[in-house]
Amino acid sequence: MFCDICGKNPATVHLTEIIDEQMNELHLCEGCAHEKSMAMEQQFGLSDLLAGLAEFEKPAKEAEAATSVKCQDCGLTYADFKKIGRLGCGECYASFKKYLAPLLKRIHGSCQHVGKSLEKAAKISKKKPDLAEKPDLAQLRQKLARAVEMEEFEEAARIRDQIKELENKNAT
Amino acid sequence: MQLDSLLKHTSEWLKGTGPNSDIVISSRVRLARNLEKIPFPHWSGKLQGEKVLNTIAEAATRCDYLKNATFFKLAELDTIDKQFLVERHLMSLEHAQKTNHKGIAIDDEEVLAIMINEEDHIRLQVMQSGFNLYEAWNIINTIDDCLAKELSFAYSADWGYLTACPTNTGTGMRGSVMLHLPALVMTRQIDRVLAAIAKLSFTTRGLYGEGTQATGNLFQISNQVSLGRSENEMLEDINGIIRQIIEQEGQAREALLSKNKVMLEDRINRSLGILKNARIISSQETTELLSMVRLGADLGMIKDINRRNINELFIITQPAHLQKIENKKLSAGERDLKRAELIRAKLNL
Repeated sequence: MFCDICGKNPATVHLTEIIDEQMNELHLCEGCAHEKSMAMEQQFGLSDLLAGLAEFEKPAKEAEAATSVKCQDCGLTYADFKKIGRLGCGECYASFKKYLAPLLKRIHGSCQHVGKSLEKAAKISKKKPDLAEKPDLAQLRQKLARAVEMEEFEEAARIRDQIKELENKNAT
Repeated sequence: MQLDSLLKHTSEWLKGTGPNSDIVISSRVRLARNLEKIPFPHWSGKLQGEKVLNTIAEAATRCDYLKNATFFKLAELDTIDKQFLVERHLMSLEHAQKTNHKGIAIDDEEVLAIMINEEDHIRLQVMQSGFNLYEAWNIINTIDDCLAKELSFAYSADWGYLTACPTNTGTGMRGSVMLHLPALVMTRQIDRVLAAIAKLSFTTRGLYGEGTQATGNLFQISNQVSLGRSENEMLEDINGIIRQIIEQEGQAREALLSKNKVMLEDRINRSLGILKNARIISSQETTELLSMVRLGADLGMIKDINRRNINELFIITQPAHLQKIENKKLSAGERDLKRAELIRAKLNL
């Protein structure tokens, strides 16, 4: 599908505009969407689109309550995030965890990091191995439950194997 | 290093070497990182912003790879210098605007650049000539390991590296490849190719990144997903896509050669003729014509001009470069004259 405005680039942003009760669907490329969003920034910015993505599945009341949640560390509220489309600090991820999980899932199709680990990068794992393994197992079980809940079965199978491996290691 | 010394130098990504360099201009990997417990740049106060800038700049000097990099505070650079860095792809357009507490470190070869206090505290990029994402990743991975030992990054086991925008959360990595696709454009297949790429959640941008039009048949293709796949898986994904595009461009070039050779030769040589003779030329026209000349060099139709010189002309004919070369401010009209003069001098050797 190509952009409704320029007709040249593939449409990657899909907007529904309601003007005077007339509903209008727009399919835009990134460039035209950017221009369009600047043109109507007051009414509807791309950041709303981003934050709005997180709320598709939420009942209106809950979404309303979400906007007043505040990050204890940096003071950014969820309403701020909706307005600017940027989080305030790393701690915001924990503060808004409930709302961000579905958003991340929508953006990336997953909400489990499987890339480079910071501990490995920084080689901070100075804990004794037997002490370190126990929380790991608990963490993995938590991840497994979450993966099942999210219906990420491939991911769940991967974690299940990890748990087995770890249990075997602990047994020997 | 002085900024002006970069002028005498060809950036790593313009060298025209490396795998598949007839179609792939350059490969780039970038990582987004933030410091723990400190607000992201857009949300931090003056004192915090300055502290982040100094902390990161100082940590960088303790890393082998970064020891010899030159550090600039953006607030101390003038408008032309900032634009100059954007034109050389060493920093984003966003970084050149509102320069409070922003910094940039660059190495002499222009392989790596670290933007400090852009959208995230750290935006690290490594560029390589040609189709060489894995090499870029190897370099950036080493630098990241080193920085991770010096600084405390915002990170969660579940969500990986935490970034200001949730679209970068996870690996914080984006891999992008700059492609020259004149034959796919001429044979009108490019829209189909780009539409297919978009479906696989990759984005296409122009020469100057976000929001820029594709000019000179140059397309920058990058991954969008950063969570749920490892860095290596992502690189494999991009590599797979790029390999297919390279093949399609190659086939389109062959088709043009076998069916429309005379037309192609005519267009390429006319383009070269204009570049060698024009007295006034815009940046847009230059880019379009250079694209044809580059295709001519790649197909062996033009023998006396090498790829590196053409790549370099794409960049040194940009507005800030012209003004740095002339060492003064030039109006758009003056630039069109100087641009034509510079191209004539470079091509009529």
